[in-house]
Amino acid sequence: MKTALATLSNVSLSYFTEQEETQAIRDLNMEIKKGEFTAIVGPSGCGKTSVLSLIMGLLQPQSGTVSIDRDKIRIGYMLQRDHLLEWRTVEKNVLLGLEVQHRLTDATREKAFSLLDTYGLGEFRTFYPDQLSGGMRQKVALIRTLAIEPDLLLLDEPFSALDYQTRLHLCDEVYHIIRQEQKTAILVTHDISEAVSMADRILVFSKRPSYIKREIESGFSADIPPLLRRKSLLFQQKFEQVWEEIES
Amino acid sequence: MKTALEQYRAQQKRHRCVITWYRIGILLLFLGVWELGAQLNWFDPFILSCPSRVAATIARLYASNDLWIHIGTTLLETVLGFVLGTLIGTLVAVLLWWIPTLNRILDPYLVILNALPKIAFGPVLIVWIGAGMESIVVMGILVSLVVTTVTVLNGFLTTTDEKQLLMRTLGAKKHQIFFKVVLPAGVKDLIAALKISVGMSWVGVIVGEYLVSKAGLGYLIVYGGQVFKLDLVMASVVILCVLAALMYYAVALLEKRICRAK
Ligand SMILES: Nc1ncnc2c1ncn2[C@@H]1O[C@H](COP(=O)(O)OP(=O)(O)OP(=O)(O)O)[C@@H](O)[C@H]1O
Ligand SMILES: [Mg+2]
Repeated sequence: MKTALATLSNVSLSYFTEQEETQAIRDLNMEIKKGEFTAIVGPSGCGKTSVLSLIMGLLQPQSGTVSIDRDKIRIGYMLQRDHLLEWRTVEKNVLLGLEVQHRLTDATREKAFSLLDTYGLGEFRTFYPDQLSGGMRQKVALIRTLAIEPDLLLLDEPFSALDYQTRLHLCDEVYHIIRQEQKTAILVTHDISEAVSMADRILVFSKRPSYIKREIESGFSADIPPLLRRKSLLFQQKFEQVWEEIES
Repeated sequence: MKTALEQYRAQQKRHRCVITWYRIGILLLFLGVWELGAQLNWFDPFILSCPSRVAATIARLYASNDLWIHIGTTLLETVLGFVLGTLIGTLVAVLLWWIPTLNRILDPYLVILNALPKIAFGPVLIVWIGAGMESIVVMGILVSLVVTTVTVLNGFLTTTDEKQLLMRTLGAKKHQIFFKVVLPAGVKDLIAALKISVGMSWVGVIVGEYLVSKAGLGYLIVYGGQVFKLDLVMASVVILCVLAALMYYAVALLEKRICRAK
């Protein structure tokens, strides 16, 4: 039995503007277990980002509880856009989180730099963000998230800004890192194939106000990487299944 | 045989040379026409003066040791007004960024203050603070402060909410968001504010000296006008030109320093 890192019970969340109240999430229940890779798919504007913000603690629910031991569990949140700071070099961008958390030591710095090397960005350390391609920027943003050594990774459409080829490869690389370091991850995506190829289980969200319409196990063993999964028959079946669930 | 890069560099250098010579040429032409016009009586040199009379006036001021007193007085007032105005203006901008509600409350007042000619307060300042250097410095501060606040605050507000959100996902406190994102992103506007307010301080100080002073270039100008020594007025304006240019370049130099430090 794996332990639960985070539990959302009967969570509801609304946004308020002068004109109206928008209920984004209604009575959502979900549990994130340690070491598990969860994907969230659902129609645009259904409240996926909102769920990540709740888990991160950036938002408070109107009702229900989000229980997560914030003192013990470090969360890394990768936003949809990279938001690299233009006046900092690649390495300084990567160290930003550690700096802010006062955890910058020789050891953590080494670790962060070794991540840069692993991702083939070692020689770009002293470059500025505007000297990088879109894919490279995205990788830097990912390393910035990983550098704080999070126990739980929240990925909000991390690959959406990339071309398809880069996207497939980066997917694979990220998958390896996450599995290697045995991280727990939640991936929000529009791309069904991305969800099926990376996750252990897929949560299909309903239209707004959202709840979990269906939970689908991907059925793959964790040691099969995304690119390989995409070639299998099981992948086709799961893809169809998720597709129909979203459509229905 | 030169490489393409060397050729390019040589061409760039020649281009810079040409520009410098044209600049010097324009200055010489201007001085020449001014002098010649006065000598040939195209205009009355008693009113518009001429370079030789300006030079003679400056030499006389120098000989009587008055030159440095006047320059020193005005320079001190301007530097004080500029530095204090910029400092206070920036601090106010930081405060307004830090407390958005305060910013919203004060916004209309800031707009009015910015539009208002601060010089209009001159007489009040003199009565209130006294007919001395303090009033003039306060004038310099007043004129540069509001424009600094507005420009710098605008720079701070260019940092998007999303960037701040990113900082929060990394666990940043408000002061960390300010020093790591908002301030660096606002540096460009801070320097722009410096450049504006350095000019503004001159305006404030000279007008202040017009109203009340016993020394300074503004005093010389008013005095020269009253006793019809227009050479003195022109000489003061020429000195002002040089001083204002020097101060502006000092700020530009600072800008280069900051940009390289990044
Ligand atoms: N700051 C906000 N103020 C008002 N309404 C908001 C705000 N943020 C989100 N919403 C609303 O809440 C709903 C859910 O937003 P959310 O960003 O969670 O959706 P999403 O599933 O991430 O969408 P997408 O797939 O397009 O990224 C949307 O309908 C949106 O209009
Ligand atoms: Mg979203």
